[in-house]
Amino acid sequence: MKLLLVPLRWAWRLLVAAVLLIFSRRDDHQVERELPASPRAEGAVAALLFAAGLAGLAFVLVYAFDGGDTQLLGVAIALALGLVGAALVLAASRVLPQEQVEEERPRFAVPAEGEERRREKEVERAGLSVRAGLDGVTRRRLLGSAGAAAGLGLGAAALTPLASLGPRVGKLLEESPWHEGTGLVEENDLPVRADELEVGSFLTAFAEGADKRDLAAAVVVVRVEESELQLPPERRDWAPQGLLAFSKICTHAQCAVSLFRYPLFAERSPGPALVCPCHYSTFDVLSGGNRVFGPAVRPLPQLPLRIEAGRLVAAGELSGPVGASWGGVREES
Amino acid sequence: MIRRAVGFLDQRSGAGSVLGKALRYVFPDHWTFLFGEIALYSFLILVATGIYLTLFFEPSSSQIVYHGSYAPLHGQEVSKAYASALDLSFEVRAGLLIRQVHHWTALVFLAAIVLHLMRIFFTGAYRKPRDLNYYIGLTMLTLAVVEGYAGYSLLDDLLSGMGLAIGNAVALSVPGIGGQLGTLVWGGRFPGSDAFFSRLYIAHVLIFPVLIGALMTLHLALVAIPKHTQFRGRRRSEANVVGTPLWPGYALRSLGLFFCVAAVLFALGGLVQINPIWQWGPYEPYLGTNGAQPDWYLGWLIGALRLMPHFDVVVAGYTLVPNPFWGGVLFPAVVFGFLYSWPTIERRLEHDQAQHNLLDRPRDNPRRTAIGAALFAWVATIFFAGAADRAFVQLGAPYEGQLWGYRAASLLVPIAAYFLTRRVCERLREGEGHPGRGSGARTVVRNPEGGFEELAPEPAPGVADSDRG
Repeated sequence: MKLLLVPLRWAWRLLVAAVLLIFSRRDDHQVERELPASPRAEGAVAALLFAAGLAGLAFVLVYAFDGGDTQLLGVAIALALGLVGAALVLAASRVLPQEQVEEERPRFAVPAEGEERRREKEVERAGLSVRAGLDGVTRRRLLGSAGAAAGLGLGAAALTPLASLGPRVGKLLEESPWHEGTGLVEENDLPVRADELEVGSFLTAFAEGADKRDLAAAVVVVRVEESELQLPPERRDWAPQGLLAFSKICTHAQCAVSLFRYPLFAERSPGPALVCPCHYSTFDVLSGGNRVFGPAVRPLPQLPLRIEAGRLVAAGELSGPVGASWGGVREES
Repeated sequence: MIRRAVGFLDQRSGAGSVLGKALRYVFPDHWTFLFGEIALYSFLILVATGIYLTLFFEPSSSQIVYHGSYAPLHGQEVSKAYASALDLSFEVRAGLLIRQVHHWTALVFLAAIVLHLMRIFFTGAYRKPRDLNYYIGLTMLTLAVVEGYAGYSLLDDLLSGMGLAIGNAVALSVPGIGGQLGTLVWGGRFPGSDAFFSRLYIAHVLIFPVLIGALMTLHLALVAIPKHTQFRGRRRSEANVVGTPLWPGYALRSLGLFFCVAAVLFALGGLVQINPIWQWGPYEPYLGTNGAQPDWYLGWLIGALRLMPHFDVVVAGYTLVPNPFWGGVLFPAVVFGFLYSWPTIERRLEHDQAQHNLLDRPRDNPRRTAIGAALFAWVATIFFAGAADRAFVQLGAPYEGQLWGYRAASLLVPIAAYFLTRRVCERLREGEGHPGRGSGARTVVRNPEGGFEELAPEPAPGVADSDRG
């Protein structure tokens, strides 16, 4: 029993000592000392630096022979850097002499009264000498305004080339490739056929012939039960067979509206909706893209559809401007 | 040898005495002073790793068919920017390491700046004569946020494209000039002309880094000229600075910190994956993904965009102020506007025109600490609201309920933080001793009747000087 207790007690003492050593407040650097604390510290610093050199070499070897494995490279270089760091910190606290120094600060404006007045005088003198340089000039005001005019003209000239950065906004943000008769195509340019879309499905389609990166080119096509539609009267024939198309670009911040929520249990769930993943603006499908949740304000522009020989074709233009709102956008209220 | 080198320098530049002074520059010691150093060292690592990345990256949005070594994307049309970032990650030896280190360092850089800002705020280090330097620091923070955004937007992967779409919408939302601003910067309607990537690139690798570097130089000079601030303590006064001189002592410790910061960042870059752009895929304006999150320092803005109720300002049928303006422009403008004007507000409130070289502890000025706590708690609440979609996607917490909760929290949390912090500070101040200000012991005397009574304590020397004025 006693044989077991002795090493246990020693282990406990070592543990306490180690914890104290690690967590105790070490005020070494506060202590003033002129000589290295111990020759052992110098040895440790040297050992750390040698090890850092080896780790650096390991980085080179991993790079050359291991095909540059990212993890091994990372570990090697991190070790090299960390060992140098440890060596420097140890050298700073244990090898180099330590001292605490007290130093005067420069004073910019001193509360003491005499000093304050002296400062003020200096500032005044600086002002006077600036003015003295202009004493011979008689038409100061004229020259001043001439200088301001030069500055304004030159500044305007310097900024003008910035206008070349982009086109005038004009009608640019309202352009759309969708017109009466424009066909809908899939990403692979094949026409979108009405019978390919089941109720509850969701497809991204583009204006035929348009650049797919054009913000207004992409629409989402969804299919719902025709009987559930609640479109306003003027849009009554925009959704043949329950097929609806909306601009895919959210009217809040222009992310792609890429989530389609279609209720499996219509009695208990909110109706089918298109959701933007960026800020969760949610647009009601059945009523024609009205916002039902989230920060968007304008409804999602709807594209009227018709079916021509089985394929989907635009029956008119989008119901509103595509993309985020800006000062030129008319808002229905 | 050293003497000859200094002599050589001195005879040609007269730098000997300057060098001598610089070597004896005194650093007062406190662990919170390290945040600024970590930011500085992160910036150096960003520049070094960034230069390496420019040797391989091609900032072009022109489309090519991908045939690189990441098989799942074979045959896909991608931009040259995205393809070169993939090649950099898969085909350049050590390329992925450096790219990941660069990204991790950007995150740490911003985090260090924000912690540094909090230290400056809560200790009153921004007071005269350092208010000027505080403004420079805030400016660097804004530049660093934009710089980071430009950096991760360059890769043209799905996440960066979604970020740019939002950025463009925020630009469009500026009242009056928004439409033109958006088309100017992007060279047309979003996603913009081919020139946009050249612009983003030169902004990220030259314009913003040079601005930050120049301001950083000025920042350090303005630290050194009035010398460091220090906490109260033995021998320390407004007129002096007590601490370790640069040489010997501080230089090695700080250099050691540099190597330790670099070690952690390289370990992160090597071992912890960040922004695996091959998983996100290339960006097209018609693509999006659920649960998308920006780098952390933009989380507060996405949170504000999410929380804002849906309203625009419509005048004569035209959308004068579109919704993204509130969260994307007004909110950061309010936060930074407050931070910029706080030193002036405080000077007015406390009628304090004095120079301050001694730092307050947060409890020493309960009002300032409470206001700061309210501000940072407000921003943090909105920051967490930005991650509501992650909580929805991964934990199934209903999004709408979360949103209403965060809306309420963004109003209540700052108020609670203000009063709680103020109370805690006052309680801490009531019963304390401090090495620099005596033990906090009370003086008790025995009166002629034989009872005991406590003498009124002297005014605590810890109270900010301004409180007395």
